[in-house]
Amino acid sequence: VSTALDPPVAAGATRTGDGDDRERLVDLAERVAGWARTGEDVEVYVAHGDETEIRAYAGEVESLTSATSAGIGIRVVVDHRLGFAWAGSLDESVLGETLDEARDNARFATQDEHVRLAVPDGVAAVPVDLWDDSLSQVPTTRKVELALALEAQARSADPRIRQVDHADYGDGSVEVALVSTTGIRSSSRKTSGFISVGVIAGEGDASQTGAGFSVRRGFDGLDADKATDDAVNRAVRLLGATKGPSGRHTVVFDRRAATTLLSVVSSALSGEAVAKGRSFFAGRIGEQVGGATLTLVDDPTDSRAYGAAAYDAEGLACRRNVLIDAGVLRAFLYDTVSGSRSGVSSTGSAVRGGFSGTPGPGCRALTLAPGPEGFDEEEVLAAVGEGLFVQSMTGVHSGVNPISGDFSVGAEGLMIRGGKLAEPVREITVASTLQRMLQSLVAVGADVEWLPGIAAGQTIAVGDMQVSGI
Amino acid sequence: VIESPVLERVLSEALRHGGEFAEVFAEDRSTASALLDDGRVEELSSGRERGAGIRVVAGETTGFAHTADLSESGLLRAAEAASAVARNGGRGTKTVEVPALSTGSGAGADGQGGSGLAALGSKGDTLALLTRADEAARATGDGISQVLAGCGGSRRRVLIANSEGLLAHDEQARTRFSVSCVATGDTGLQTGFETAARTLGFELFDEVSVEELARLAASRALSKLSARPAPSGELPVVLAGGSGGILFHEACGHGLEADHIVKDASVYTGMVGQQVASPLVTLVDDGTVGSEWGTFGVDDEGRPAQRNVLIDQGILTDYLWDYLRARKEGRVSSGNGRRQTYQHLPMVRMTNTFLLPGEEDPDEIVAQTPRGVYVAKLGGGQVNTTTGDFVFGTTEAYLIEGGRITEPLRDANLIGNGPEILKRIDAVATDFSMTPGTCGKDGQSVPVGCGQATMRLTGVTIGGTAE
Repeated sequence: VSTALDPPVAAGATRTGDGDDRERLVDLAERVAGWARTGEDVEVYVAHGDETEIRAYAGEVESLTSATSAGIGIRVVVDHRLGFAWAGSLDESVLGETLDEARDNARFATQDEHVRLAVPDGVAAVPVDLWDDSLSQVPTTRKVELALALEAQARSADPRIRQVDHADYGDGSVEVALVSTTGIRSSSRKTSGFISVGVIAGEGDASQTGAGFSVRRGFDGLDADKATDDAVNRAVRLLGATKGPSGRHTVVFDRRAATTLLSVVSSALSGEAVAKGRSFFAGRIGEQVGGATLTLVDDPTDSRAYGAAAYDAEGLACRRNVLIDAGVLRAFLYDTVSGSRSGVSSTGSAVRGGFSGTPGPGCRALTLAPGPEGFDEEEVLAAVGEGLFVQSMTGVHSGVNPISGDFSVGAEGLMIRGGKLAEPVREITVASTLQRMLQSLVAVGADVEWLPGIAAGQTIAVGDMQVSGI
Repeated sequence: VIESPVLERVLSEALRHGGEFAEVFAEDRSTASALLDDGRVEELSSGRERGAGIRVVAGETTGFAHTADLSESGLLRAAEAASAVARNGGRGTKTVEVPALSTGSGAGADGQGGSGLAALGSKGDTLALLTRADEAARATGDGISQVLAGCGGSRRRVLIANSEGLLAHDEQARTRFSVSCVATGDTGLQTGFETAARTLGFELFDEVSVEELARLAASRALSKLSARPAPSGELPVVLAGGSGGILFHEACGHGLEADHIVKDASVYTGMVGQQVASPLVTLVDDGTVGSEWGTFGVDDEGRPAQRNVLIDQGILTDYLWDYLRARKEGRVSSGNGRRQTYQHLPMVRMTNTFLLPGEEDPDEIVAQTPRGVYVAKLGGGQVNTTTGDFVFGTTEAYLIEGGRITEPLRDANLIGNGPEILKRIDAVATDFSMTPGTCGKDGQSVPVGCGQATMRLTGVTIGGTAE
């Protein structure tokens, strides 16, 4: 069966081709905000996105999705009461209905002096270029070819590869406008493209899995070799893995696992969690929460970061925030409401999950201050000498609690012996508390890689963790 | 409502460039939620989303497009996009007939649909429930320092028509109430969570006491203030009835989904007819059970929900199937084709997955365990279907010493391997119950139920910090 699809015909009436849609979205948002009544503050968030997803399997295109979506989210504040409503459409008929619904919801909220919309704070946005035209210019046939080539490459990469579980190409673009009656007027747009491959390696009765990917703003530079090598290497090196013995070890987390760890720590740095007593960091500003090697910064103005942005989800300029400096807890991240509640200004850190979500404070681009130049995975392993190398974790949602700090995850990886990777292990857990892990951070790699998500990947080593196996 | 002649024209357009199968999935979904946090009603939110997803299957390839525009022209554009993938198939046009809408096979009630707010009861009633939960949680103990109570409802009307002449519709109302508490003590912060969720409207609250949920959540947080670190290493584990069903969801449920099986990406591939579990294990997936969280009238491919026995007294009897994987094997779907919204392709998913009860007394099972861990509540889990390795996390657990439940333990994950763990079940009690959950797969979340009676595993690795 052929996979010709050139050019793709996207669904939906709002498709505007390759043009810039931001002006139209701003106009629409302004028009809706203009319907505010006296005594009301209204904030209108409008988003429009296009996406393509291709999955290859056994030399064929298993599925191809082409889609456009658009929607609106409206917050109304009346008398310090907040209401919210959203709709998955920008049809004229739903706009007024959605505003009315938000208005009605506000009547039922508790009056709270801290509830308010953002007002411009004079901080200028740092321009970040997050748009790559190549995604809309490259014909779908080439995207299909890339997915098929990725699958074929992974299948033949190593005689021990038994199956390619998935080989995907995906891209998307999103344009957003935010307008409020309190003076906010911002718009932004970004693109992303990715390839992702998962393989199953086998030897005898044993099977192991590995995944690899490559992410860019556009089509060019998506690296099938890197994605494949990564997937194959991760699966193959686990072959023969056994359940390791229990004991206390220094644990090296590879870059992907480290991204996950930082993301978990970030929820404890939310000013809202702190203000509501849901963070183990509450009340500890100025205290030593880690060693001198621990410096943690959230900087969405770094355009290399996957989560880079010029404006936050309330339309304020994103900015660099130093959260932990040489082990000392310095600051939390705030949006307008949580800031007001804590007697501080917003740090430009509002995030939201698209048009159907309301804003709250969160990280976009966390990094640890890197170790000395050239200090990469190999060097970290050499420095650690003996321990456990973790290449993937499971059960992070069920075993890590950013409120209590309790930390217990499933892990697979390899033992570290004589500063090098040794025998593979699986079906083990790694446990500690987040508080103790920050204090026991013994090495931070300089191998910063911006992975999908809200934190950078860099190899890290944490001392004195309990490993459970046999 | 989309008229039959329109559906026929859209399906014909979808197959105009070739392809063997086309389907329209239309959905109208309203949601509403209210949150009481930190003693305040912080947020009432409502939303509405409607649209259609159209897929075309040509050979091994599925083309998919979705649109929020339910007019005939919007649907035709989506159909054209989906069919473009089959453009070189060259099988010519195919006429499609769709039966009149009145023959729909949906088991759900006739809906009023309506705006987002129909998805919950009156706003005032909802807030009263949240306030009652907040008060009950705070009254449970002085250590309760924070309470978040949330109530969410959704109404989802779906219509499925395909080129094989199927026309089905369903209406699914779901309501969920949850309480999460923080307790503060000398040892820091601890958390407790409890939720009730059913495929029901506001009638959920005829069956569920929000005060009871709040007290459970609060007690869970309070008891962990004096908890000691969970052990590390392998021990016998007794799982209390209800949330322990997550073990089966992870240890074998996902591995029995046919999409993993046909790609040879499951440890259970090729094992039908073989002994895969202790003879005490009879595992069922059933989308028809009462108003459980994973219940529906028809699945998201228009197939009525059904009861499927997966493991019968330890013998693997069947896998779970959706349309596409079943067609390949020349059989029919088992009613397990589900999708998160019209913007997603359907895939094989569980519904309500549970272990049938056994004959033992739950207290006796504990009494006959000299040393081990008693897990009263699990929070979630994850599995790698290819290796069978899975984890599940405790949110309320205790030590068992001398056949008695003693000290509370801090939260930890347990880790095991599906096929090995299923053979280590040596006791199943009579006290069956179900728990709601949200299952994530390939970026899509769907509501599921899981359940079991109190049971014992002879050995599981517990990932605590105690040596």
